Amino acid sequence: MSLPARISLLIVAFLAVVAVGVFVVVHYLLFNPPVVDYSSGVTANTGATVHVVMQEDPQNTVSSHPDWVSYFIQNPTTKAWEHTTLFSVPAGSRIDMTIYGFDGCTPLRNNYWGKVTGTIGNIVDVDGKPYSFINSWSGCNVGHTFSIPSINLNVPMASPGLIQSVKPGLCGTSPCEPGDPKAVPYRTMTFSFMTPHAAGVYFWQCRIPFGGGFLTGFGGPMQTIGFMTGNMMVES
Amino acid sequence: MAAEAPPTSTPQHAAGPSGPNHGLRIFIVWLVLSLAADLVIWFVWGPHLPPGTMSSSASTQQFTIRVMAVMAAPVILLVLVYFGYSLVVWRARPEDEEDGPAIHGNTRIQAIWITLSSVIVLALFVFGTVTLYTSNGAGGGEGASPIQVPAGAKLQVQVIAQQWKFTYRYPQYGGFETTDLVLPTNTWVQFNVTSIDVIHSFWAYQLGVKADANPGVNNVAFTKINRTGLITVRCAELCGLWHGAMFDYGQAMTPAGFSTWARATEVRLASVTKQLPPYALTYDPTVVAQMSKAMVAAGLTGGAGLYYPPQDVLQP
Repeated sequence: MSLPARISLLIVAFLAVVAVGVFVVVHYLLFNPPVVDYSSGVTANTGATVHVVMQEDPQNTVSSHPDWVSYFIQNPTTKAWEHTTLFSVPAGSRIDMTIYGFDGCTPLRNNYWGKVTGTIGNIVDVDGKPYSFINSWSGCNVGHTFSIPSINLNVPMASPGLIQSVKPGLCGTSPCEPGDPKAVPYRTMTFSFMTPHAAGVYFWQCRIPFGGGFLTGFGGPMQTIGFMTGNMMVES
Repeated sequence: MAAEAPPTSTPQHAAGPSGPNHGLRIFIVWLVLSLAADLVIWFVWGPHLPPGTMSSSASTQQFTIRVMAVMAAPVILLVLVYFGYSLVVWRARPEDEEDGPAIHGNTRIQAIWITLSSVIVLALFVFGTVTLYTSNGAGGGEGASPIQVPAGAKLQVQVIAQQWKFTYRYPQYGGFETTDLVLPTNTWVQFNVTSIDVIHSFWAYQLGVKADANPGVNNVAFTKINRTGLITVRCAELCGLWHGAMFDYGQAMTPAGFSTWARATEVRLASVTKQLPPYALTYDPTVVAQMSKAMVAAGLTGGAGLYYPPQDVLQP
């Protein structure tokens, strides 16, 4: 091989390595799903009410991991469901949260987390009925939890029922559309809580070990932003 | 013509019988500096060394660090003083190209240094062993069978680590579980530390307690709190995405205040406590009877009562 050819080959190889490095950094390390903005137009620390809408699905067919369980957040402007777990809310405000639960059940590893904490009144309404505790060990009752540990918020998400008994079966295409529960079974959870007065990033997570195939069920979607954990960004 | 006289100069660093006593000089400088350093370490710096004196184990750790620092300072200073003295006194002067004297062997010095080193190391060995024993493992946990258990009544507090939060059970108060760590002063506390998923580490900084939290293992640590105050609790073992956020704050209060809190919390959480598994030193979520029933009821029988099939290579 001639000298110019060898030099060209070296340069190409070097550039290829650099390109791979840049791709890894940009695609994996710097990538984050979009932030759904619930804070625009709301003055912080006034106690104003903001309505946040989410859903949890048995799968995520709009991602590269279609078999991973996943949350979705509704864009308040377009009403479109976004494949993300990041949302911003104003500080010192009341959040009225609605979460549609489309996924089936799995018992909590620690049944203590069936207790509702941190919401106004320490209750969650499931299809309009208030609960302060949902026992995930007594039956097919709980699909997930929505928990923000730093503000002591923990809300078990009720499941629509036994996987086998749900007819015509759980929603199979994400994002699911809440409509007739007899057509596509789901539960509607509503609860309210106050955001902190201090701006900051407050992570939230699910406490059901739903990461099938991963160590103790807590890998994969459980530790990937955009699926079962994310951030509530409080803005002042 | 007179014959050329032989050179009579001697190296400046080779002190003759009437030269300065370098050993004495070094010893005096070292002694003064060591005394000063040790006094500063013990009386000025020592009381501020971590982790403080909030509990028996913390006090023991601070005392140990003070002892170690006081022992280490003279050793470090001896090296530095000898180094500095050599640079100043025995440095090569301009135009001095003569070799230094040949030195080989010095039985007295070798005997002194081997003896002193042995004494220091053996003393620290004895000190460390006694300290570990008398302070119940120095706050690091002694496994399931402690070799040294403090006498008298003890408050049992179970620490349950899970991704990414610590919860605490109080078996002497009905076994209620809470996210609040509240402890009494002037009472021996026995921490029973475990995990229900991956490995964690329970680190109550001001108490000088840092015990591994491993699934299926009960790690026992003892401490006695001296005064009321805030306790910072952190996970000290990388345990996943939100490991850095796995921290909270506990509270040390008077025995009367603790008793009031514990009884009120026991009543308040009674309905939740009924839904928890019976108090045990460890919990294996794959064999908890209630959970298996729920999984069978849910139709999740593919794993034979486990979360995931046993053949799953990633199933612990």
